[in-house]
Amino acid sequence: MRERYGLNAPLWKRYLIWISGFVRGNFGESFEYKREVDELIWDRIAFTLIISVGSLIFTYVIAIPLGIYSATHQYKWSDHFLTFLSFVGMSIPAFLLALSLMVFAFDIFGVPLFGLFSAYYEGAPWTWGKLGDLFKHLWIPVIVVGINGTASLMRIMRGNLLDVLGQPFVQTARAKGLKEIVVVGKHAVRIAINPLISILGMSLPGILSGSAIVSIVLGLPTVGPILLRSLLNEDIYLAGTLIMMLSLLLVIGNLLADIALAWVDPRIRYE
Amino acid sequence: MKSTIETAEEIKGTGDPWTDGGQLSYRQLIWRRFRKNRMGVIAGALLLLFYMLAISADFFAPYHYNEINMRLRHVPPQRLHFSVSDGFYVHGLKSVRNPESLELEFTKDMEQRHPVEFLFKDADGRRHLFSSAGPMFLLGTDRMGRDLFSRIMYGARVSMTIGLVGVFLSIVLGSILGTVSGYWGGWVDNLIQRIIEILSAFPDIPLWMALGAALPPGWSSIQIYFGITIILSIIRWGGLARQVRGKVLAYRESDFVMAARAAGAGHWHIITKHLLPGCYSHIIVIATLAIPGMILGETALSFLGLGIRPPMTSWGVLLEEAQRVTVLLHYPWLIFPAVPVLVVVIAFNFLGDALRDAADPYSD
Repeated sequence: MRERYGLNAPLWKRYLIWISGFVRGNFGESFEYKREVDELIWDRIAFTLIISVGSLIFTYVIAIPLGIYSATHQYKWSDHFLTFLSFVGMSIPAFLLALSLMVFAFDIFGVPLFGLFSAYYEGAPWTWGKLGDLFKHLWIPVIVVGINGTASLMRIMRGNLLDVLGQPFVQTARAKGLKEIVVVGKHAVRIAINPLISILGMSLPGILSGSAIVSIVLGLPTVGPILLRSLLNEDIYLAGTLIMMLSLLLVIGNLLADIALAWVDPRIRYE
Repeated sequence: MKSTIETAEEIKGTGDPWTDGGQLSYRQLIWRRFRKNRMGVIAGALLLLFYMLAISADFFAPYHYNEINMRLRHVPPQRLHFSVSDGFYVHGLKSVRNPESLELEFTKDMEQRHPVEFLFKDADGRRHLFSSAGPMFLLGTDRMGRDLFSRIMYGARVSMTIGLVGVFLSIVLGSILGTVSGYWGGWVDNLIQRIIEILSAFPDIPLWMALGAALPPGWSSIQIYFGITIILSIIRWGGLARQVRGKVLAYRESDFVMAARAAGAGHWHIITKHLLPGCYSHIIVIATLAIPGMILGETALSFLGLGIRPPMTSWGVLLEEAQRVTVLLHYPWLIFPAVPVLVVVIAFNFLGDALRDAADPYSD
């Protein structure tokens, strides 16, 4: 048995063998599932990506308008309320939110929103119906994973915009008699939004972490649950591959964020 | 935003001009500004209270955290009543076996009253602030009949200190490496910065999970505890090191450091006497803001069964029981340990925010 999996060699040699296989696309064999790791992970990685990208979009779409609103209504009660809300949002652990939403949804709809598909579509081939079913289940994990990021991003957007609003060119724009909505929307927000794109790369680890733990609670077929299982069962090739893949995803994500930043901000391109 | 001059005047105006006008130390200034932030002060006081309760949980908790009552499993929370003749009391419990699930279910026995005694002396002769001779479970019991209220108080010990110890470790690591990086620059700086970048690119929970799973199963509770703190701080020192480096870089070329160097001061002297003191306020702020992340990290790890292991208890360990929705629907009070987690984390965030505003001379 040990021989078959090559576990008798010293640690560094085993690692070298595994990593050289990894680059060639041979990830080893899972002890538990008795199958090639390769067969087990791809659709899980795909679902992880769907959820992560979904929550990323959710985060930005919600956080930016709220941040702008908060900054333009500084120290009004609505700003205080949003500030408090964002503190709560930053503080609530994702798994707890997932649990409570689940219980809540069970109370209202009477069906557990477990997993990503209803029993009817589980294992069925891809159809439009299945896709619709996926979206019906997707919103809980997307919101839960996105909420922490939304809260902190909103604070950052608020801070950035407040900084920009204090600058002389905004005063000039106002002095020209531009409408407030033009001043904010056309002059200030454009500048204030820039750092958010570079944060995009930094928020990826949080989102992947969040999706891992939320998936475990909600029983989603993503990387999280299988990673936990493989860690508890010391299924090293599977666990190693999964962690490696998550890190690769992050590096690619960071790269994309950098490219996006260069695309948006010409100052970076020409340096 | 107010200008600094205005702020300075304001500060002068609040105290006796003879004793403190213009002579306040930086620390006193921070304290003054901090005191004005009501949320920050409330949060700080709340945290102090929580730490006090956690440290003296032996006294404040009505029961010991491992007191098992197999016949009182999953007792729902009992209401505290008050009457003039009996003082505080709880009703007794009646158990009925559910014909379907065959589980014992508990209801109030209106006949019985168990008075709550203050400064109660238990069978081992230990004193508790309040407890009762009869069963008194204010937040219900878990699957082994242990009092959830007491377990939350004991759990606070682990959950609330793990953040402190972890942050302390990352402060030590982060300040040393940050200073080295900023002070010497060159390839050392380059190397340390690249390491930080690599670390910050990891998704923390999966990595914590992997490291948590790698802790040997034979370890004792204390060893696990320190293992977890080390795991938590291993990823988090990077951010701190970055900030310290930035400060050190800024101060390195400043006149007072130049003067010290010209006067023949050694590296050690310059770093400890001139550079680090300028970073203190920064370090404290970042540390305060890092603690909630660590508390949540421990909670998440223990929740998954990869962190603190029973018989030691923490809020994450308590929440592990509430992991399944079916359990939660039957015994909803098991989610209660989430409340202190939330309160403490929010309080730390408010405190950190208030400290940051206080330490920033340009804040309003």
